[in-house]
Amino acid sequence: MRYLDEYRDPALARRLLAELRATATAPWRIMEVCGGQTHTLVRQGIDELLPAGIRMIHGPGCPVCVTPLETLDRAMSIAGRPGVVFTSFGDMLRVPGSSTDLLALRARGADVRVVYTPMDAVRIARESPDREVVFLAVGFETTAPANAMAVLHAARLGLTNFSVLVSHVLVPPAMTALLDDPDCEVQAFLAAGHVCAVMGWEEYEPIAARHRVPIVVTGFEPLDLLEGILMAVRQLETGRHEVENQYARAVRRSGNTEARKAIYEVFRVGDRPWRGIGPLPDSGLELTDAYARFDAARRFDVGDLRPTEDPACIAGAVLTGARLPTDCTAYGTRCTPRHPLGAPMVSTEGTCAAFHAAGRTADLQDTP
Amino acid sequence: MNIECPAPRHEDERVLLGHGAGGRLTAELLDTLVLPALEGQPGPLEDAALLPGHPDLVMSTDSFVVSPLFFPGGDIGSLAVHGTVNDLAMRGAQPLALSVALIVEEGLPLSELHSVLRSLGKAARAAGVPVVTGDTKVVGRGAADKIFINTTGVGRLDKALRPSAALARPGDTILLSGPVALHGTAVLSTREGLGFDSEIASDSRPLHRIVRALAPLGPDVHTLRDPTRGGLAAALNEIARDASVALEIEEGAVPVPVPVASACDLLGLDPLTVANEGCLVAFVSPAAALDALAAMRSVPEGADAVRIGEVLPAGPAGRVLLRTLVGARRVLDMPLGEQLPRIC
Repeated sequence: MRYLDEYRDPALARRLLAELRATATAPWRIMEVCGGQTHTLVRQGIDELLPAGIRMIHGPGCPVCVTPLETLDRAMSIAGRPGVVFTSFGDMLRVPGSSTDLLALRARGADVRVVYTPMDAVRIARESPDREVVFLAVGFETTAPANAMAVLHAARLGLTNFSVLVSHVLVPPAMTALLDDPDCEVQAFLAAGHVCAVMGWEEYEPIAARHRVPIVVTGFEPLDLLEGILMAVRQLETGRHEVENQYARAVRRSGNTEARKAIYEVFRVGDRPWRGIGPLPDSGLELTDAYARFDAARRFDVGDLRPTEDPACIAGAVLTGARLPTDCTAYGTRCTPRHPLGAPMVSTEGTCAAFHAAGRTADLQDTP
Repeated sequence: MNIECPAPRHEDERVLLGHGAGGRLTAELLDTLVLPALEGQPGPLEDAALLPGHPDLVMSTDSFVVSPLFFPGGDIGSLAVHGTVNDLAMRGAQPLALSVALIVEEGLPLSELHSVLRSLGKAARAAGVPVVTGDTKVVGRGAADKIFINTTGVGRLDKALRPSAALARPGDTILLSGPVALHGTAVLSTREGLGFDSEIASDSRPLHRIVRALAPLGPDVHTLRDPTRGGLAAALNEIARDASVALEIEEGAVPVPVPVASACDLLGLDPLTVANEGCLVAFVSPAAALDALAAMRSVPEGADAVRIGEVLPAGPAGRVLLRTLVGARRVLDMPLGEQLPRIC
C-alpha cells in the first residue's frame, strides 16, 4: 500500500505550502466541515504551517459533538436497564450526558459494548434472543448506509429484539445554516470527502451558487488538506465559487447510488436539533414508518428527560467556528479529555480534544 | 456557579477499564490511591525495583489478562514470560528466575491450559530463565476470563548498567529497537474479529539480549523502557516527567508497519499510543549513540533499531514534542485511558 508515502510526503507538503504562499494575497477564512479533517489539521500541525492570513475555522462535522444531550440522556436511560445490551461506537462511550456517561454506566454493571459496525449489534441480537439489543446510530451521511443496512438485515432476519437509537445528521443543512447567519465569517468550505463518497456533491452546487462560496470536496490525509486549501484559495483569489473535487480518487459526482438507496429505504429526512447549535430544519434522518418498529426511542419509554448543559461550556460557539477552544474559560482546566464538559472535548475528532491533544494553549494559538 | 466547582465526576466512584490502560488514568490511580495506601516511596516508578539489601538484584511482577488467549504472534503464556523478562531488562538486569501464578476459570478446556503452559515453558527456556515456583487457583465460572497469569521475576544487574527513567539528560539520543503498535493492533483485530489479523502479528518477545548487547556502553545508557500499555506516547511522557526534561521525536522516524498504520487509521487509533510487547526505547549519550544503535542491531530483536529523536537542551520539563510528518511541531500527550475506536 502506497498511500501513506503519497499523501504524507514532507517534500510535497512543502511544495504545496510554497504554492499557497505564492497564491494567497488576501486573508481568507476557510472552514473544514469534518471533524476528521480537523483532527488531521491539528494533529499534523498543518494549520500552524499555513501562510499568515489563511485561517482555518473548525466546523461542526464531529458526529459525537453534535449528538443532542437529550439523545445521550435517553441512551443512558436505556443502557441502564436490566436485560438491555447497549451497543455503540467507541468514542460515544465517554460523551458526558447530563449526569453520567456510558463508560461509567458500564462500570456500574450495565451491559455496554463497543462495536465496530452496526452489523455486530445485529449479530448480538440474533445470538441473544432473550436480550434487547440497542445500537446508538449516530453519524453523518457516512455511517448512515451501514446503519440502514443493519436495520434492513434485522428486518430480513425477523428480529424483534433489535432497535436503533437514531441520531443521524446531514451536512448540507448545517452548511446552509452557518452561511445564513449574518455573522458568518466562512468564505470557503472544505467538504468532507467521505460524506461526498456516499452522497456525491450535487447537493453542494446550489449552496455554492447561492452563497457565492467555493466548496472543495477534500480527503483526510495531510496532502489532501493542503491541496484542498490551495484549491479553495485559488477560487477565492480569482472570484470563483464552484464545487471542486480534490478527492477524485474516492468521490464521484453522484456518490454511491447503492448506499443512498439503502439510506432512503430505511430513513427519511426530518428536522433535528444539533448539540450546541440548536434545531435545524431537514437536517437529520429518522426511521420511516415501515421501520418504526426498530426505533429504540419508541420502544423504550424513558419518561421526561431534562437535559442540562454545563453553563461554562461554549461547545456551540466552537462548533460553528465563532470561538476557539482556547477562548473557553474551562478549556484545559475544568474541561479536559479526562473530565469533558462538552462533547468537543471527548471525541478525537472534536475540536477541543484535538487542540488539547496537540498541547494547544491560548498563547500558542496566538502564534502566527 | 463557582469556576472551581467540580465537574460531574461520577466515573470516579468506581474503577474503569481505562484505569488499567497505562495512560493518565492509570497514573492517577497510582498517585492518588495505590501508592499512598502502600506508603510507597516517592520517585519514579520503574519497570523493576532494586531489592533492598541486595545491590545487584532486581525484582518485577506483572499480571497478564489478555483476551483472546491466543493471537497472531503469541499467546498469554509466552507474553507472561516476555513481559516480566522485559521489565527486569529495562532496569539493566538479566533474568535469574521466574514464578508463575495461575488463576483459572472453571470450565477452561484442559487442552487450552496445556497449550498456554507449553508456550510459557518454551518461552522461559528460550529466554534462559527457569520457572522456580508457582501457584494455581481455580475460580468459579465468570469470576475470571479463562485464565489470568501472574509472573514475578528476579534478575541480576549487568555490572555497569544502571538505567533509570529519571536519568534521561539533555542532549541524549533516543533510540527505538523496532516497529511500534504491532501487539495492540494484533490483539484488537483478533479480539474484535476485524479481519486484518493475517497481516499483523504481535511483537511479543524478550528484550534482555538487546540490553546485554548495550551493557558494554555502561553509564552511557541512561534510560531503558519498553512501551507497553499506553504505547510509545505514554513511555516517553513518563520518562520526560521522571527526568524533568523535554523531548522531541520525529514522527516520520518512528517505524509503523503499513498494515498497522492502515488498521490504526481505520479505527481512529494513534499508533504511538497502541501497546507493544517487543520493543524498547533507549536514551543514550549522544557520543555513544552510533555504538548503541550498532549494538541494538547486532541482535535479531533489535535489527530494525532506529534513532527517533533527542532530549532537548532546554524546554518545559515533562513535555514530549512531535515533529509531524509535514514538518510542524506539536505536543505528544499522555494517552488518557482505554483506546476507543472512533465513529468513522
